[in-house]
Amino acid sequence: MATVSEHPEKAAAYIADRSRSRWHDGALWFVRSKRDRMAHSLPEWERLRSTASQIKAHTIANLPEILQQFEANAKARGVHVHWAADAQEHNEIVLEIVRKQNATRVVKSKSMLTEECHLNPHLEANGIEVIDTDLGERIVQMRGERPSHIVLPAIHIKKEEVGETFAKYLGTEPGASDPQYLTEAARQHLRSKFLEAEVGITGVNFAIAETGGFVVCTNEGNADLGASLPRVHIACMGIEKLIPRLVDLSVFVRLLARSATGQPITTYTSHFHGPRPGCELHIVLVDNGRSRIRDSDEFRSALGCIRCGACMNTCPVFRRSGGHSYDAVVPGPIGSVLSPAADTKQHRSLPYACSLCGSCTDVCPVKIPLHHQLLTWRQQIASQGLLPVSKTAAMRAGSMLFQHPRIYALAGALGRRALRWLPKSWIYNRANPWGLDRDLPEPPVESFRSWWQTNRQGTSVDEGMKSKGAKNGK
Amino acid sequence: MGSKARDSRQAILDRLRSREVTPVELPAIFGDDSISQVAIGFDDPPTQFAGTVEAVGGLCLQVGSMQEALNKLEQDEVYRDAARRCSLVGDEIPGNVNLQEIEDPHELSSLDFLIARAEFGVAENGAMWITDRDIRHRASLFITQHLALVVSRQSIISNMHQAYERIGQPETPFGVFIAGPSKTADIEQSLVLGAHGCRTLTVFLVDEPA
Ligand code: SF4
Repeated sequence: MATVSEHPEKAAAYIADRSRSRWHDGALWFVRSKRDRMAHSLPEWERLRSTASQIKAHTIANLPEILQQFEANAKARGVHVHWAADAQEHNEIVLEIVRKQNATRVVKSKSMLTEECHLNPHLEANGIEVIDTDLGERIVQMRGERPSHIVLPAIHIKKEEVGETFAKYLGTEPGASDPQYLTEAARQHLRSKFLEAEVGITGVNFAIAETGGFVVCTNEGNADLGASLPRVHIACMGIEKLIPRLVDLSVFVRLLARSATGQPITTYTSHFHGPRPGCELHIVLVDNGRSRIRDSDEFRSALGCIRCGACMNTCPVFRRSGGHSYDAVVPGPIGSVLSPAADTKQHRSLPYACSLCGSCTDVCPVKIPLHHQLLTWRQQIASQGLLPVSKTAAMRAGSMLFQHPRIYALAGALGRRALRWLPKSWIYNRANPWGLDRDLPEPPVESFRSWWQTNRQGTSVDEGMKSKGAKNGK
Repeated sequence: MGSKARDSRQAILDRLRSREVTPVELPAIFGDDSISQVAIGFDDPPTQFAGTVEAVGGLCLQVGSMQEALNKLEQDEVYRDAARRCSLVGDEIPGNVNLQEIEDPHELSSLDFLIARAEFGVAENGAMWITDRDIRHRASLFITQHLALVVSRQSIISNMHQAYERIGQPETPFGVFIAGPSKTADIEQSLVLGAHGCRTLTVFLVDEPA
C-alpha cells in the first residue's frame, strides 16, 4: 500500500519559498474575491445553495433507482453504458473500447475521475498516447507533475516556468513568458492533436437521470473539440454525478462557474444526449469507493460535491501550502474529507491541515459541512489509533494535565514564566512545522486562577465551577 | 461487455441497496414560490444581455435586419480576412463552405468564420442556446477561428431557470450554451481569449418582432 504522507512536511517544503507561497495565496484569493462578487450579485444565492444541497441529498439517498433510470434512458438514446466497481476495472473498460477502434491516439479533457483511476499511465503502458487538452493539465502533463488544484491545475506554476516547459517541448522562444504567446503555442500544438485523435475522453459535470444525457462545462472548448472530431467519445463519471431532472441543471449551472472562477457561466456548457450519426458514445459509471462513503451518515453529503474548487480557494491552509502538499488527487478541504475515506492511514494527516475556520463550509455551493466532517475525521483517526506520534504525545500530556488540577496550576505558572524567557527557536523547530510564521504569545501578567482568587475572595476556581454547575442542574 | 461487467453492475447496485438511507424529498426548484418571485429578473433583458455578452468577452451588435448585420460584418477586419466562411443563417449572409457537402468534420480544420443562429439568449450570463438540429457538424462551432451568432432580441430571457423550462426535453443529441469566446486563465490567472475554440465571438442581437 502507499506510504503514509504527512501534510506538514510537504507544506514546509512549499512555504520554504516564501515569495512563492505568498504569490500562490494572492492568486487564489483573487479567485475567491471574484466568486464573492458573483455570489453577492444574486439575491437568491442562498436559496440556490439549499436547493442544490437538497437535490443532491435526494439523489444520493435514491442512488440505485436513479442510476438505473439514467442507464435505461441513456441506452434508449443509443449510448453504451458500462459499470466499473473500481479504478482498475474503469481502466480496463476504457482500454478495451480504445483497442476495439485499433486506436493509438487519445485526447482527454479534464476529468478528476481519470486522475483518480490513474488512467493515463494505464493507457500509456499499453502503447496508447493520451494527451491532456486542458491547458493547465497539458502544462502539468509535460512537466511530469500532477494537477495541484481541481479547477486550476497549474495554479502553482509561474509563467516563466511554463515558458521553459514550452521552449523545451513546443519550441517556443527561450525566455518567453507572455501568457498570450504561450497560449497561442499550445493552441497550435493541441489543434494537431485534436485532429489526429481517434478517441476523445471527457469527464462529466452532471448526468441527468430523466433524460439519459450529461453535461460537460469548459471555458477552453477542449472537451467539445475532443467530443466532436474523433468518431468515439468516452465519458467517464463517478456514480455521484447524477441529478434527477433536466431542470435541476438550472440550479447547478448557476452555482458552478460562479463558485469556481467567479464567472456567470462557463463559455461552453455542452449537453450530450446520444452519439453523433455513425459514431459511438460510451459512458463509464464508476464506484471506486463512493458507495462506501454513502454508507456513512457522517460523510455521505460529501458525495454531493460538484468539484467547483471554491473550498480550496478560500482555505487559508491550501492557499499557503499549495495543492501538492496534500499528496492526493483531490486536495483542499473536500480532498481532506474524501481521501481518508479511500485510505485512512495514508491520508491521516489531512484532516489536521485545517484551522477549523469554517470558510469552506460557508462557500460550498452544495452546503457540505466540510469543517464538521474534518473534525469528525480527527475523532475517527484518533479512535482508530492512527494519530501521528507528534500529536499523540501532546494529547497524552494534555489529557494528564486536565485530569490533575494541581499539576495544571503548576504548569500554568511555569508556562507563564517560560514564555518570558524561552528563545523563539523553541517553536521554530522541525518537530513543529506549525510554529513557522507564528510567534509565542505575550504571557498574561496574571493567571485567571489568581484573578479569581483576588476578585471572588474565599472560593477557589474549582469550587466556583462546581457551584455554577450545580445551578445549571448538572 | 463480458460477464464481469454485468457482475459489476449488479454488485454496485446491490451494495447501494444494502444500505437504506433516510429518504430526502426532491424539492421543487424554489419550493412553493414561482421562479419569477425568487430568481433574478431584468426589466430590460436584451440590454442586460448585451452588457453581459461584452463582460464575458464577446462583441454584441444590435441590428434591425440581417442586411444590417452583413453591412457590419463587411466593416469587420476579421470577417474580411476570413478565406473560408460558412453561413448557417440563410442567403442574406453568403459563405463559401457548405456543411452539407462535407462528410468528415476534420475537413473543417481550416474554417475561418462561421455564422449560425442561436435559439435564445440568457441575460444573466450572456449564454446562447444552440442545438445540432440545423447544424450538420457540431464540430464547426468549436473548430472555427471566429464565430458569429444571430439571436433574436425577442428571445432574450432573464435566467437559467427560464432557459431550461424553455428547452423542455432535448430532442437532438447535442445542445450547447455558448457564452463568449473560448478562453483560459491557466497561465498565472491571466485571461487569454482564444484557447481551443473560437478566438472571437460576435453576437448579432436582431430585432425581429414575431
Ligand atoms: S466541497 Fe463544495 S466547495 Fe469544495 S469543491 Fe466540492 S462543491 Fe466546491
